[in-house]
Amino acid sequence: MKPKKARIEKHHIEDFIGRTYMSFCVALLIIIIVSMVYFVASKGISTFIGGDVTVSDFLFGTKWSPEGDTPSFGAFPFIAGSFLVTLLAALIASPLSLCAALFMTEIVPGWGKKLLQPVIELLAGIPSVVYGFIGLSVIVPFLRNTLPGQGIGVAAGALVLAVMILPTITSVAADALASLPQNLKESSFALGATRWQTISRVIIPTTFPAIMTGIVLGMARAFGEALAVQMVIGNAPFIPRSLFESASTLTSVITLGMGNTTMGSAHNNALWSMALVLMLMTFVFVFLVRLLERRNKI
Amino acid sequence: MQFKKTWVMTLALTSVLALSACGNNNGGNNATTNNGGTNAAATNAPTETSSGAELSGSILASGSTALQPLVEQVAEKFMDTNAGVDIQVQGGGSGTGLTQVAEKQVDIGNSDVFAEEKLKDADAEKAAALVDHQVAVVAIAAVTHPDAGVTTLTKQQLVDIFTGKVTNWNEVGGADQKIQIINRPSSSGTRATFESFALGTKTEDVQGSIQEDSSGTVKKMIGETPGAIGYLGLSYLDDSVKTLSYDGVDPSVDNVISGKYPVWAYEHMYTNGEPNETVKAFLDYFLTDEVQTGDVVELGYIPASQMQVSRDVAGTVTTK
Amino acid sequence: MKPRTVDKIATSVIVFFALFIVAILVGLLGYILFRGLSHVSWDFLTSAPQKIRAGGGVGPQLFNSIFLLVLTLIITVPLGLGAGIFMAEYARPGKLTGFIRLIVEVLSSFPSIVVGLFGLLLIVNYFNLGFSLISGALALTVFNLPLMVRITEQAFRSVPNQQKEAGFALGLSKWKIVTSVLLPVALPTIITGTILSAGRVFGEAAALMFTAGMSSPRLDFTNWNPLSPSSPLNPFRPAETLAVHIWKINSEGLAPDAAQIAAGASAVLVLTVLIFNLAARYFGRLIYRKLTASKSMD
Repeated sequence: MKPKKARIEKHHIEDFIGRTYMSFCVALLIIIIVSMVYFVASKGISTFIGGDVTVSDFLFGTKWSPEGDTPSFGAFPFIAGSFLVTLLAALIASPLSLCAALFMTEIVPGWGKKLLQPVIELLAGIPSVVYGFIGLSVIVPFLRNTLPGQGIGVAAGALVLAVMILPTITSVAADALASLPQNLKESSFALGATRWQTISRVIIPTTFPAIMTGIVLGMARAFGEALAVQMVIGNAPFIPRSLFESASTLTSVITLGMGNTTMGSAHNNALWSMALVLMLMTFVFVFLVRLLERRNKI
Repeated sequence: MQFKKTWVMTLALTSVLALSACGNNNGGNNATTNNGGTNAAATNAPTETSSGAELSGSILASGSTALQPLVEQVAEKFMDTNAGVDIQVQGGGSGTGLTQVAEKQVDIGNSDVFAEEKLKDADAEKAAALVDHQVAVVAIAAVTHPDAGVTTLTKQQLVDIFTGKVTNWNEVGGADQKIQIINRPSSSGTRATFESFALGTKTEDVQGSIQEDSSGTVKKMIGETPGAIGYLGLSYLDDSVKTLSYDGVDPSVDNVISGKYPVWAYEHMYTNGEPNETVKAFLDYFLTDEVQTGDVVELGYIPASQMQVSRDVAGTVTTK
Repeated sequence: MKPRTVDKIATSVIVFFALFIVAILVGLLGYILFRGLSHVSWDFLTSAPQKIRAGGGVGPQLFNSIFLLVLTLIITVPLGLGAGIFMAEYARPGKLTGFIRLIVEVLSSFPSIVVGLFGLLLIVNYFNLGFSLISGALALTVFNLPLMVRITEQAFRSVPNQQKEAGFALGLSKWKIVTSVLLPVALPTIITGTILSAGRVFGEAAALMFTAGMSSPRLDFTNWNPLSPSSPLNPFRPAETLAVHIWKINSEGLAPDAAQIAAGASAVLVLTVLIFNLAARYFGRLIYRKLTASKSMD
C-alpha cells in the first residue's frame, strides 16, 4: 500500500485533469451559443443601422421588393406565413398524435406500443429533403387534382410539416400518459366511468401541460424547417388569400435568396434579420416549454 | 463556485473577441490552414517562374450554380493536361461567388450577372476591382404549359402577363385558361436577365404567383400546372413545355448569336485584379475553340466567342 | 347518448387514427422504396454522378455522407462526453447548471438553417475554411453536441448508485470512478443514443448547403493521402452529401434520369436511416439483456 499522501496527490492530479477537460467541454458549449447569438444578431441588426429601414417597417411592412427601384423590406408576409403553416401543421398533427399516444398507452398498451413505437421512430428519422420530395411528387399533384388552386401553397406546406412533427408530439404525449399514476385511472374506473370518460375527464386534463409541451416542441420544429416547406409552398412574397395559394415562410425566403445575394447588401442583410427572427422565436419556444414544464411539476 | 463562474464567462468572452478579431482581417492568417486553394493569389509573388514553364498551383472557384457544371467539366479537362494544377469548383450562388472573390477568399467568382448589378452602392468599389471574363452566353426563353394555346407573345403581352394585368390566356389569343405565373425570386440572375431584356422593366411580384429558384423545378412546375408560364435557359427546354417566340423571333442559338433574339446574358468568371499565370491559363483555355465549340455547346450554353454582338453593363448592344 | 356508445365511438376514432399513422408510414416507405429501389444497384452506389448524361450514380455523395458523419462524431463524441459527465456527476444544482441546461436546450432547438447560416458566416467566410467537409462537420457539431450531452447525462444517471459507491470504497478518485467504473456501464446506452443521432446527421441538408457546399470534385479513390486535394480523405475539400444531392438534383438536375436518381438516392438515404434505427434497437436490446442479467447477480 502506497503512503496516504501520495495517493491523495494522485487523486488530485486525476481529478484536476478530469475537471479541466470537462470545463473545456462546457466552456465550448457556452462559446458556441454566445458566438452564435453574437454573430447572427450583429448581422441581423445591420439592416436597421444606418439604413432607412426601421424595425417596424421590417416586422409589419407587407411589401417585399428588395431589388425594386425603391427597395422595400417588409417581412410581415413571411412572418405570417411561418406562423400560419406552423399553426395549421400543429392543428392537423395534434389530434392525430394524441390518438396515437392514447392508443399506445390506454387502448392496447401491449402490442399498441410495440406497433407504434418503431413507426414513430422511423417517421422521425426520415430526412426532411425526402419529405419535401414526397410532398412535391405526391401531395402537390393530389391537391391540384382534388381542390381549387395549383396544389402548391400553404395547405401543402402544412400537410408536409404535420407529418414531420407527428413523431415529436406523439412521443412526448405518450411519455406523459405513461407516467400517470395508475391509481388515478383505477379510481376513475371504480367510480363506474367508461374508458373514454376516464380519458377525457381525468387523463387528458392532468397531462394537459405535458401534451402542450409536445405540441410546442413540434411547432418549434415546424417553424424552423426549411427545405421541405420551400419545395411545396410556392414562395410568393404575399400573405395568402386562401390556403391553396402560394405563400412564403421565413425559412423559404432565406433558402432562396441567401446564395444569390452578396454579403453586406441590403437584401442580404434583410435575410439575416429574418434569421435573427427565427433565432428569437427559438428562444420563445424554449421559454414556453419551460413554462409548461413548470406547470407540469405542480 | 463564484471563481469558477467568472472564469467560464471570461473564457467565453475572450474567445468571442478572438473570433471577431479573426473575422476582421478576412482570414488572412487563417488561410494557411486551408489546403492552399485560397493562397493562389498570394503565391503569385516574385518567386513565380516565367511563362512557358510547367503550370502549377491551385485554383478555387465558387458561385453561380448555373455555370458550375461547365466550369467543373472544363476544370477536369484542364487538370488532365496540367497535372500540377488543382482546381476546385464550388457552388453557392452568384452572390456568394462575387462576395468571396471580392474578399479574395476564392480566385474566381462565377456569376450570372455583371458584378456591378450585385455589388452596388457601398460595395461599388469592390466591383471596380474585379476583372470580368465572359466565357459563355445563356439565352432565356419564355415557356408555357403545352395547353395554353399560344406560340408567340410580344414584349407588351409578356409585360401584361408578368404584372398581372392579363390573367387569362384568351386575352392574348390562347385557350380559355387562367394564367399561372411561375416566376423566380427577386434575387435571381435569370429573373434580372428576363426583366431587363424581355420585359424591359422591373416587375413587382404578383399575388398568387409561384416562385422557384432552380430551373429544374420551374420546368417541372410549368409542365405539370395547367395555364402556367415561366422562363427557362435554352438548355432546359424539352417537349414537356411549350417554347414561345418573342416578338415573332424564335429563341434559337443562331438568332441569339446574330443578335436577333435579345433575351440572353453572359456567364461571367470574375477575378480580383488581373489573374495570376495559372488562373489566366485556365481562363484562356475556356476561350479556346476546343472548349467553346465543345464543352460549352455540349452543356447547352452558347459560345461567347461566336457572338456577333456584344453587350455592356448598361445593356447597350454593339455589333462586333 | 349513452356513455357506453360514446366510449365505443371514441375508441374506434382513436384506433382509426393510430392505424392511419401506421398507414402513412407504410405508404411513405412503400412509395420511396417502390420508386427508388428499382434504380438502386451496385453500380448506382459506386459510380460518380453524370452532369447531362443518364446513368450517373451517387458513389461520391454516399462516401461524403459517411465521411462527414465520421468527422462529426470524432468532434462531438469526446466533447459531448465531457460536458455530459459534468452535468451528470459533477454539477451541483445551481444557477450555472441551470444555465448550461438551458444552453443545451436552446442549441438543440435551433433551426438547422440558422446553424447553416452561422456556419457560412463564421466557419466558411471568417475562418476561411471555405465550403469543405470540415466546415460541414463543425456546423453539424452545433446541433449534434447538445444531443450527445443529453445522451451522456441520461446514460450516466441510469447507472446504479452501488457501482459508484463500490468505487469510492476502493479508494479511487472521482475521475477514476467516472472513467473506469461508470463509463463502461453507461457506454452501451451512449452508443445507442449516438447511433440514433447519427441518423439525423446523415439526413441533414439545410445546414450543409451553406457549409459543406453543393459540389463534389473529382475524387481519386486510390489516393488516400489526406492532404492531397483529390483524395477522398481530405477534410478541406468541398463535399456534397447524399441529402444535399437529392435537393440539388431535384431542382437543377440536367441529366435525363434526374427524377429516378433522386428517387434512388432517397431510397438509399431512407434505408440507411432504417439501418441506423435497427442497429440502435439491437444495441438497446443487448444492453437490456445485459443489465437485467447483471441485476439478478446483485
